[in-house]
Amino acid sequence: MTAAGLETPLIGGPQPVASNNDDSPLNGVTVGVVTFPGSLDDRDAVRAVRLAGGSAIHLWHGDHDLRNVDAVIIPGGFSYGDYLRAGAISRFAPLMEQITSAASGGADALPVLGICNGFQVLTEAHLLPGSMIKNNHLHFICRDQRLRVENAGTFWTSDYGQDEEIVIPLKNQDGQFVADNRTLDELEGEGRVVFRYVDGNPNGSRRDIAGISNAAGNVVGLMPHPEHAVEAGFGPDSSARGEVGVRGGTDGLGIFTSVLKKLVG
Amino acid sequence: MTAETTRTFNIDTVANAEATPGHALPWAELGLKDNEYQRVEEILGRRPTGAELAMYSVMWSEHCSYKSSKVHLRQFGEKVTDAMKEHLLVGIGENAGVVDIGDGWAVTFKVESHNHPSFVEPYQGAATGVGGIVRDIISMGARPVAVMDPLRFGAIDHPDTARLVHGIVAGIGGYGNSLGLPNIGGEVVFDSVYQGNPLVNALAVGVLRHEDIRLANASGAGNRVVLFGARTGGDGIGGASVLASESFDSSKPSKRPAVQVGDPFAEKVLIECCLELFKASVVEGIQDLGAAGISCATSELASNGDGGMHVELTNVLLRDPSLTPGEILMSESQERMMAVVTPGNVADFEAIMDKWAVEYSWLGEVTDTGRLVIEWDGEKIVDVDPRTVAHEGPVYERPYHRPEWLDRVQADGFAADRPTDLRAAVLELMASPNMCSKDWVTDQYDRYVQGNTALAMPDDAGVVRVDEETGLGVAISTDANGRYSYLNPYEGARLALAEAYRNVATSGAEPLAVTDCLNFGSPEDPEVMWQFAETVRGLADACQELGVPVTGGNVSLYNQTGGIAIHPTPVVGVLGVFDDVARRTPSGWREDGQAVYLLGTTADELDGSEWANLRGHLGGQPPALDLAAEKTLAAILVNCSRDGMIDGAHDLSEGGLAAGLSEMALRFGVGARIGLDELCERDGIDAFTALFSESQARAVVAVPRSEEVRFNDMCTARNFPTIRIGVVDTENRALDVQGYFNLPIDQLREAHEGTLPKHFG
Repeated sequence: MTAAGLETPLIGGPQPVASNNDDSPLNGVTVGVVTFPGSLDDRDAVRAVRLAGGSAIHLWHGDHDLRNVDAVIIPGGFSYGDYLRAGAISRFAPLMEQITSAASGGADALPVLGICNGFQVLTEAHLLPGSMIKNNHLHFICRDQRLRVENAGTFWTSDYGQDEEIVIPLKNQDGQFVADNRTLDELEGEGRVVFRYVDGNPNGSRRDIAGISNAAGNVVGLMPHPEHAVEAGFGPDSSARGEVGVRGGTDGLGIFTSVLKKLVG
Repeated sequence: MTAETTRTFNIDTVANAEATPGHALPWAELGLKDNEYQRVEEILGRRPTGAELAMYSVMWSEHCSYKSSKVHLRQFGEKVTDAMKEHLLVGIGENAGVVDIGDGWAVTFKVESHNHPSFVEPYQGAATGVGGIVRDIISMGARPVAVMDPLRFGAIDHPDTARLVHGIVAGIGGYGNSLGLPNIGGEVVFDSVYQGNPLVNALAVGVLRHEDIRLANASGAGNRVVLFGARTGGDGIGGASVLASESFDSSKPSKRPAVQVGDPFAEKVLIECCLELFKASVVEGIQDLGAAGISCATSELASNGDGGMHVELTNVLLRDPSLTPGEILMSESQERMMAVVTPGNVADFEAIMDKWAVEYSWLGEVTDTGRLVIEWDGEKIVDVDPRTVAHEGPVYERPYHRPEWLDRVQADGFAADRPTDLRAAVLELMASPNMCSKDWVTDQYDRYVQGNTALAMPDDAGVVRVDEETGLGVAISTDANGRYSYLNPYEGARLALAEAYRNVATSGAEPLAVTDCLNFGSPEDPEVMWQFAETVRGLADACQELGVPVTGGNVSLYNQTGGIAIHPTPVVGVLGVFDDVARRTPSGWREDGQAVYLLGTTADELDGSEWANLRGHLGGQPPALDLAAEKTLAAILVNCSRDGMIDGAHDLSEGGLAAGLSEMALRFGVGARIGLDELCERDGIDAFTALFSESQARAVVAVPRSEEVRFNDMCTARNFPTIRIGVVDTENRALDVQGYFNLPIDQLREAHEGTLPKHFG
């Protein structure tokens, strides 16, 4: 690998706006989705933002410019193969410096969502505490997972009710959230446990934690994949909100509508 | 990028070969037979150099040259009618076939084997099997969109089986999940015949626009030849020849060094980088490096193009600088591609490589000499007509004859006592290794990534959307039944095709094209060769009758350890098309009060069945096949989907109606009340036969009350037998077969889902 490739912008580079919903009141909000080498669910995150009514663009890890996006999603995948430790190399990407400083600015800070590998990147970048280790059963697991929204006050969960349950897919190899007890107590005490696994902990995560936020609530990371429960026909077979058709679960959509509505004001 | 310091060896140059005709070469160790080596000498008019010998030995291996199977495989081309070619954009012979699915979209798909590497080194063998088939798909110019894995293992309780199951499943998941490809189906079968030779087949599907089709040829003298992706290492040397083209024998040394090692991250980057190359139109021809590595890529590109290529081998970037020229030519290091680029596009090509941080090296150029010339630091070490390497290898008319034991086996029909406790029998069936839930396996695969999966396991077929605007999409199913093929290889192949075809239609898609992976024992055994010949004849005949062409695939021979061959196992994949995947039919019912219908007739056909297998019996003849009935059934199922006449459908195959009803109930955890009396009376069978016979051309469907008249009228108009056997019942969570048993869903689920975790959890 040449280091130059990380910095040079490029043919194709970041794409123009992926899609607009002209009639959506939320389409003035633009969400950037970061692509690292090895990102897998980047196009899916773009689709989810679009289906939620917003606009989305792709951001390239090697760029130094956030291109005026209103929020950022770091998608799932295996950035750099995750050979060293999930997210450990990605945190050094030029764009991550921009994201880290923009996300740390207090009340007006940039909303950032890390999904799966994106969550792992956020912990490596110290935007969120704790870390992810290999699932306790040592296997990759893909299943429809029930979660409880434990904090509906963050940028990314305000469209849900407090303690509302949702079903979204979970798929990972290194999904076991760990942190020392003091950190865990702090997270619990400050209401920063955003999502908790219900009906069975799929990977041994401490205190059934599936997702957390920073103190300001603009940065959220979670292991399960809300972007795969946004479109009827291509989601999970079930929803916590009642009967749905085959693969009709869209419980993840609220994550994306939450941030769009917040940003519209 | 420049070549590394030139390494010095005792290079066997062409000049040296001419000067030393008596020099002994290790051709037998490289897998060439006496007559084959003589033929190489005749072609060259001298002895080959070490590097030339390396190339011929891998390219003339069974795995690469199809030398034993070619004479039979011709039928796939000969039995194709013009009507069957209607949707075919690229047929057999390229990296994968390409099928037109409408609106300017095309789909490429293929199934391949990676059996031997997966037995020797399960994780890497299975992982690189996925990697290899995915590169075939990229080579056609397509974005890969899904994978599937038909797997066959030895007995579930054999001490070695867990090693293979854990390694192979983790390898497929570890590689495929990292590529961002949804795994949407496949098979898991346990049978002691696969104990010393598991089958790991991998299927991949890709999507492209018609104008994006790329072919593996090197045309235009002066165009540059580039190798890119991972560096070349010492892994997989001789994988195609000494590993894939010989039987296992415990007296020989381990073949582990012949297994390749995969790096899925490198492959994921390679996919994105190739797609960007295609989009920017900077490659003229492209070929992935799989079996036989650079030997294959250079000779195939050259012989498919203008016929000449000049390569400087020291330009190849190496992981291990001590590799000899012959080893570099034979290495099967993964995640590599070779492309032909016009001089004007070199800068654009390099910019895309730099963006993705992919290494590349310019190896040489296309020439008009008709010769493939490879030099080592300026000295000529290969000078051959590339066609003699790639396409004009030996062709064998291997002797074959019908096994004498077959009459005895076919005369031995299943005659064991029929159980009276049908409830216990259904539970036993649904917990058995072949019929139990495969969730333990498929939960280790990502089925969601890319966001286009409309159906996946355990539905009858995997379904992915191709066009997000219109919902245009495809369905794929793979099937094989080694026991049927053992009893009657001609019928077994036809039955495998019929089942895959039926599965695709059950999901609601119109079947369009076929890929196959033919897994057999040693072609040097005339009885195995007969099984192979019969299989190809049966499959080609059935494709013609159903009007679906074979577009590509793979033959895997020498699947045996010692003298015992596996059952003949033709894995058949059928691709179907949906105008809109929103209308796909899941394999279960869920709405209270919907009517449950059985389509087709049931005869007493238990020979070769899963029930007979559970009683340790394999004899008789497989179920009778009526392809005209299969066609009508498929048309009914597709029409039902199109007109919204059914909400659930499941084809009946292994395990018969008992398995079909159980799986439909388990799909959404919803029960049904079923009556068998009318069926038994109509077809003249008992309840056990009704439940366990594996008669073909049958499916169970769930019909909304409002659609029953229309549904019945359509079946009557097509003169297809149908019978109402029950009603969906959401209140009573049980499969209630009235007069025989009441089986709570929870109990059925416990039996069904407990088996694999018990053995491997």
